[in-house]
Amino acid sequence: MTAFFAKRAGYLLLTMVVVSFAIFTIMEFTPGQVARKVLGPFATQLQVDMLTEEMGLNRPVVVRYLEWAGNVLQGDLGRSTLYKQPVANVLWDRLGNTAILAAIAFAIIVPASIILGVAAGMREASLLDRTISIGGIVTTSIPEFASGVFLVSIFVIWLGWLPGTSTLNTGGGWPLASQLVLPVAVMVLYDLGYVVRMVRASMVEVMTRPYIRTAILKGLSFRDVILKHALRNAMIAPFTVILLQINYLVTGVVVVEAVFAYPGFGRLILEAGLSQDVAVIEAATLVAVFITVMAQIIGDFGYMLLNPRIRFS
Amino acid sequence: MAVETSPGPTRRSLLAPVTGRLRQIALLRESPVGMVGAALVLFWALVALFAPFLAPYDPNANDYLALADPTPSAEHWLGTDNQGRDMLSRVIWGSRTVLTVAPIAVICAYVIGCLFGLLAGYYRGWMDTVMMRIADIILSFPVIILYIIIIATYGPSAANIVIAVTFTAAPQIIRIVRGLTLEIRERDYVAAAKMRGESTWYIMLVEILPNARGPLIVDACLRMGYTIIAIGVLGFLGLGLPPPDPDWGGMVKDTYGFMSIWPHMALIPCAAISSLVVGFNLLADGLREISLRD
Repeated sequence: MTAFFAKRAGYLLLTMVVVSFAIFTIMEFTPGQVARKVLGPFATQLQVDMLTEEMGLNRPVVVRYLEWAGNVLQGDLGRSTLYKQPVANVLWDRLGNTAILAAIAFAIIVPASIILGVAAGMREASLLDRTISIGGIVTTSIPEFASGVFLVSIFVIWLGWLPGTSTLNTGGGWPLASQLVLPVAVMVLYDLGYVVRMVRASMVEVMTRPYIRTAILKGLSFRDVILKHALRNAMIAPFTVILLQINYLVTGVVVVEAVFAYPGFGRLILEAGLSQDVAVIEAATLVAVFITVMAQIIGDFGYMLLNPRIRFS
Repeated sequence: MAVETSPGPTRRSLLAPVTGRLRQIALLRESPVGMVGAALVLFWALVALFAPFLAPYDPNANDYLALADPTPSAEHWLGTDNQGRDMLSRVIWGSRTVLTVAPIAVICAYVIGCLFGLLAGYYRGWMDTVMMRIADIILSFPVIILYIIIIATYGPSAANIVIAVTFTAAPQIIRIVRGLTLEIRERDYVAAAKMRGESTWYIMLVEILPNARGPLIVDACLRMGYTIIAIGVLGFLGLGLPPPDPDWGGMVKDTYGFMSIWPHMALIPCAAISSLVVGFNLLADGLREISLRD
């Protein structure tokens, strides 16, 4: 157990170092580039040179990286040029907003994917199976901005039931909860089909096992076979996949947040990327990679707990 | 006749993938889902191919008179966009953009993915370990952030989109090819080729790769779908191809602000991109179903 965590922690550390160095290099490799990004296109070359000198940007990239990493370890993420304040002030707020969306979407995706996946997988190639499988392919195939446009035209423009933007500002007369419906709906539509397919595939495999045949032959009702014998075993394999959806829900929601003008982590990354806000991009990437690797580690650990064959070997 | 008189091992194994592919296409008729997907893909491929003949107008020409009522009419079957440009022509030319960039990106990713995947799976050892570590690290990057960083830093262009997609897709292909190679390298015909004294490259490219084609074709279809979504997303976020040439994601971005008055402007390109991706994914599902049946 200790070895497991030590190895994983080492891997997390290695990944964070490599990724942050790669991003740092891409963003800051050429001296003068950062100063140019900070000052904008209308600054004179002299101003750029002066700022480069002042910020110490003409030192080698490795030296600057070590300095930056040292600051990050002390909790100083630098200053945003776009928002004109310390990165930490913007970052955690935005991450919190996205976490709300992600938590609601996750709370819908997990039970929905298990119910649909089990329903589809318990009788392979039945009409129900075909319907759920093809439905899943179709909703996953529609890009988020397209399903956003479709949902907005139905529920906002045609029916007028929901707001078209989700700025979390209640001044427009729409309560907070109503603003969350469409962004969450788009995330669920895009992500659900994939998870359903994973659960279904695992369920189909479990249903062919000898212990299921035994359970049926000893006269258990089909309901008991599914709930007491198949379900638990079918959940082992998709567990990791389900946990990995956290990555998409937290760091992949750039498009959803752009469609609905939602003030979250994804839009922060997009805005920072478009305006070349170096400090924000570096910090946001670090957070995103941390979340990704942590979800992997928790997934592996949970898998180990769920599966006795791995736990005891 | 020439084939019969010289049935060398080289010729036979070079022809194997071609006949195999033909058989697979014939089998596709047994999967209705796959046929629907193939029809959608074929439809858009033909539209893209014959775009100059199909488009009624220049996709970038502004008909300012149509702006009085840009909804569908006799002159503009699908209406015009907010700048009076014919929607039908733009959707048709947009299919050409996406069906040029996406296959190039997928092919680039596959060339790199197959090359490194074969090397890692065939040689194993330290090369395998190092490559898998690198692939894992790239894969732990959230894809969309990587796109934004690459395109925002190096500028929006078709070449940079291809680079971004290749960079993010190649590690996944490396993993798939490596896994298949690890399995196939133990087969008898690989041992036979080694015995004949064939070169390593011959074994990897002629013996192993063609025999890994089944899962790879399915994956390539899925990947075309993802890549088309990625290109659309980049266009929608304002990181796509520079204007004025139409790409579907960019068309949605330009007209999304007019949703409340003229929803057709955003709905039409959304429907186009969705149908194309649905096509590739249904096709992949049909092909997978068939390969499992064998």
